[in-house]
Amino acid sequence: MHELLTAPWWPPVWALIKIIFVLVPLLLGVAYLTLAERKVIGYIQIRIGPNRVGFRGVLQPIADALKLLFKEVLIPANANRFLFLAAPVLAFVPAMLVWAAVPFGPDVAISNMNAGLLYVLAIAGLGVYGIIIAGWASNSKYAFLGAMRAAAQLVAYEIAMGFALVGVLMLAQTLNLSKIVEAQAGSGFWSWYWLPLFPFFLVYFISGVAETNRAPFDVAEGESEIVAGFHVEYSGMGFALFFLAEYANMIFVSILTTVLFLGGWYPPFQIAPFTWVPGLVWLLLKTAFLLYVFLWIRATFPRYRYDQIMRLGWKVFIPITIAWIVVVGVALETPLRAVLR
Amino acid sequence: MLLTTTLLFYVFSAVLLLSALLVITARNPVYSALYLVLAFFNAAALFLLLGAEFLGLILILVYVGAVMVLFLFVVMMLDINLTRLKEGFLRYLPLGLAVAIVGVLEMVSVFWVAPLGRVPAPGPIPADADNTRALGQLLYTHYLYPFEIAAVILLVAIIAAIALTLRRRPDTKSQAVGRQVAVAVKDRLRMVDLRGPRQ
Repeated sequence: MHELLTAPWWPPVWALIKIIFVLVPLLLGVAYLTLAERKVIGYIQIRIGPNRVGFRGVLQPIADALKLLFKEVLIPANANRFLFLAAPVLAFVPAMLVWAAVPFGPDVAISNMNAGLLYVLAIAGLGVYGIIIAGWASNSKYAFLGAMRAAAQLVAYEIAMGFALVGVLMLAQTLNLSKIVEAQAGSGFWSWYWLPLFPFFLVYFISGVAETNRAPFDVAEGESEIVAGFHVEYSGMGFALFFLAEYANMIFVSILTTVLFLGGWYPPFQIAPFTWVPGLVWLLLKTAFLLYVFLWIRATFPRYRYDQIMRLGWKVFIPITIAWIVVVGVALETPLRAVLR
Repeated sequence: MLLTTTLLFYVFSAVLLLSALLVITARNPVYSALYLVLAFFNAAALFLLLGAEFLGLILILVYVGAVMVLFLFVVMMLDINLTRLKEGFLRYLPLGLAVAIVGVLEMVSVFWVAPLGRVPAPGPIPADADNTRALGQLLYTHYLYPFEIAAVILLVAIIAAIALTLRRRPDTKSQAVGRQVAVAVKDRLRMVDLRGPRQ
């Protein structure tokens, strides 16, 4: 056993095993998130949702995946063939890469890197290339309009998102995601960062909804205005890759909100029945709740108008986050420091 | 381990130089922008090989994640005629070459006088080195004034750029959101009694 651990080929193989252990459940989670979305929105709208494939529709995602696999991949006549085919991959790869830094428990991550927060922020911003290139390479005005909207929206909300993370940094004093969670350990849910950083918590989650192009910020797709936006010309697996990326990003934003603001794998109360449950279960429960909020928001709010989205990002979120950074900075210079750290 | 690092250095450098060359030779400006993105990625990888994870990730975050997105945005919006873009190539080639040669000569003369080799080679990097923390401590103590001056220059640039492009257009239909939020029911709604006098 010891010889195995010191062999030079072991670290890459071990990394590969960890990647498989993260990505396979992730892709299954994505598949069942689509079912959950259709069911939850169905019940909110007093419908039943998919209930034909398998028991109460549990096999619906598998049927969808098979259908998409066997669809013909169409390439429009005047499209830029290479970039048209590369765009879905460019959207999908960053959505998978970000998971390298996500911690699932103390020291349980593909890579427990020191600059994890920075890595996550840098890689998450790359997904927009898939969208822009898809819009341009399709040579279609609807796709192009969707791509332009997505680019402007992403740049606007990334700034607010970055500022919200500055607050977390100021309290945790580290960029390492596991250590950020450990800094929130203590008496229970009121020692998590959502309480001292409440404006950042809201801004981060709403920006996350905007960054993943989900309703009510889904103007990049905007069915009623620009047909389906950037992926209007895609069919089959190209289309499926865009959807996999979008849903994987939803799960990622939820799990990162949990890690940064909702105490990661810590139970809400440090008393007996709650501490018996393993940490991973708490992490996934909190993530699942935030995913439910994603669906709940989609079923509740009408789509934002485009200029209002820009206004919310630039003129509301950025001033709020800057002001709260100052508040946190001042609070850290007072006796409150002992409570906050 | 050292051999792998050296090998990786040469691979990343080669791809960096190749993609930098393709930025200026690619026919399509969208391809040029994408090659520049590739060049940034390889530069970031070189930073990571040096153990400078903060610089590498910030390069991706700022240049790839924001600057190049806006660049692509603009390049895609322009309706560029590729044949006309290539027309003046030979005419401007002598001028371009002259500028390039002057630039190279100047750089060579600078490095001849003050070689970069004078900087002592870094010792072995400790396993728990925190690049971000070290940079932050230096920037906010030793280099505080240069850092603040750089920040003020950037702020001036932002204000200048906005002032140059800002124009008041009184004929556009814009909404004052503060006033929209401030309205009360009685400002917008008037209850009218539609029942006529009783017969």
